[in-house]
Amino acid sequence: MRALTLLEAVNDAYKTEMRLDPFIVTFGEDVGVEGGVFRATTGIQKEFGVERCFDSILAESGIAGTAIGMAAAGLKPVIEMQFSGFAWPAFNQIVSHIARFRNRTRGAITMPIVIRMPYGGGIRALEHHSESYEAIWGHIPGLKVVIPSTPYDAKGLLISAIRDPDPIIFMEPKRVYRSIKQEVPEGAYTIPIGKAKVISEGDSLTMVSYGAQMKEATAAVGELKKLGVSVELIDLRTIYPYDKETIINSVKKTGRFMVVHEAHQTFGVGAELITKVVEEAFLYLEAAPVRLTGPDTIFPLPRGERYFMISTDEIVKNAKNLAFYSI
Amino acid sequence: MFEKFDPREGKKLEIMNENGEITPINEIPLMNDSQILEGYLVMLKTRVADEWAISLQRQGRMPTFPPTKGQEAIPLGALMALNQDDWFVIAYRELSGWLYRGIPLRNWYGYYYGNEKYAHLPTNKYHTFPPSVPIASQLLHTSGLAYAEKFKKTGRLAIGFVGDGGTSEGDFHEALNFAAVWKAGAIFIIQNNHYAISCPREKQTITPTLAEKGFAYGIPSIQVDGNDILSVYGAVKMAAERGRNGLGPTLIEAVTYRLGPHTTADDPTLYRSEEEVELWKPKDPLIRTEKYLLSKELLTSEKIEALKEEFLAFAKEEFQSVETSEDPTIEETYNYHYKELPEIMKEQLKERKERK
Repeated sequence: MRALTLLEAVNDAYKTEMRLDPFIVTFGEDVGVEGGVFRATTGIQKEFGVERCFDSILAESGIAGTAIGMAAAGLKPVIEMQFSGFAWPAFNQIVSHIARFRNRTRGAITMPIVIRMPYGGGIRALEHHSESYEAIWGHIPGLKVVIPSTPYDAKGLLISAIRDPDPIIFMEPKRVYRSIKQEVPEGAYTIPIGKAKVISEGDSLTMVSYGAQMKEATAAVGELKKLGVSVELIDLRTIYPYDKETIINSVKKTGRFMVVHEAHQTFGVGAELITKVVEEAFLYLEAAPVRLTGPDTIFPLPRGERYFMISTDEIVKNAKNLAFYSI
Repeated sequence: MFEKFDPREGKKLEIMNENGEITPINEIPLMNDSQILEGYLVMLKTRVADEWAISLQRQGRMPTFPPTKGQEAIPLGALMALNQDDWFVIAYRELSGWLYRGIPLRNWYGYYYGNEKYAHLPTNKYHTFPPSVPIASQLLHTSGLAYAEKFKKTGRLAIGFVGDGGTSEGDFHEALNFAAVWKAGAIFIIQNNHYAISCPREKQTITPTLAEKGFAYGIPSIQVDGNDILSVYGAVKMAAERGRNGLGPTLIEAVTYRLGPHTTADDPTLYRSEEEVELWKPKDPLIRTEKYLLSKELLTSEKIEALKEEFLAFAKEEFQSVETSEDPTIEETYNYHYKELPEIMKEQLKERKERK
């Protein structure tokens, strides 16, 4: 086995699947010759030709809208939004059509489309390059929303997404793109969409996070262990449909629940997960659930970025308070 | 051939005038009499079915419905110039093409009646998309379909429809540009019926024609008399030849007039005069085709009356099948969001069914 970055794992997933399925096409801005601004599609045009991997014109609605026609005619489009903050011109096509065709036609026309988009902050980027809007996508009936946090998961989840018969918003944590390497097997393997992963078992509290935020969450778990707090850390991996069972079972064991995510707080993923925990595990709770999230502010430009991001220390402090809270 | 009808020079393709007189134009494909008769029958059936739907709406038996009246020649002439398996991507005023393609009238009625099951059109049978309500969004689907067929080397084309107002949407421009850059076999039809609900064509853009917008994307573009089925047929036939020869898309502006309201919820007397409507009534595509067929003795007034009765009976029967069919079950409103219903939605369904 070889160690790959998350970006290389995405590239590997692409090539692995494109070798198996001649109907997979991929396109987006700068995706062809350049291999994308992050190089996720490096070498794909060279190996598979310009008909299967190409630069689209600079028009996001058109990228999503034409993918609809391609999917209806039997192709399998994997499209790239250069940054998640640039996806909004495509919002109408994704929400009004991609998410709805199966239901509108009672299954006659389906949309096996993967929409990849790098998301998240902490990289000192320009405006519109740092947002985490998974809650918006997760709110739309008909879409699935997947966020990997590691190279291994990125490859397995992307292969699952490509093989999935339904449209998937595949959000890639760009802060992690090149920051870690991990052993990634050659060849095809899948990770089920809709299943979370228990990263560490524990009995003091349940902590759910995902994507780039997993880095600080994982570090916090190590710190907390030293303080005698044993955290059951869960990587959510799929935002919708999320893995309720794993979360509820864990909370029933620990009695304490915490969600950590970079995205804005109000109407966010934390709000949904905490509601579900209160609905289904209320009598097991020993403290009010906690959400540690980004604020409801517009993501600041680099000089103010630190006011938005969540540090390991903050997670440790909040988790400690939760673990030692008694009624 | 398209360059001979440059809309920027004020040229428009017209073959059959409003008196039903045909002036063939050299090199422009011409419908023969049996095609014109076939087309007329579909137009008449469309007109009768459309008027019956309006009547049903007034009786409270049909929800909001978008009438087609006056625009029957456009989708019909276009589809008669294409193959049965070319993709047909509609907006929501293309009933004549729908019926010509052999899609049951009940599916048109049923979608507007409010049951998604009527939009279940198997693509390998009909190659047709259901109505698309977000304006102009469907043209991008057209470009994507054309790309896919080029990719698969099937020779199939894709034809997409939009209204005059739709040409102001970004998706219209993106769709033209995508298809042009790809040299994909797409045909774009603007049904210019002069009004986007209440907004007149003149307030939508200051260019003298809508067709000329295609030149910005390097697409041959033409304006045709959209109330003349022969003009529409001729232009689409030529566009199809271009598309099948790998020369890329064509834009056709078919000039017509919406004789009815935008939908049954609309009151056109608020924004257009009765005099204007009267001016357009004699240009009706159905009337002029009828005049031609009567003059050639391919039809008689008696036959027309008999056909109207036959088509009305047919329309009533089709609507009755819709009106007496079962509403969707609650499960049907959940089960088609994903191939498999997620656990979260299964629980919502269960809860909803148990809720009192």
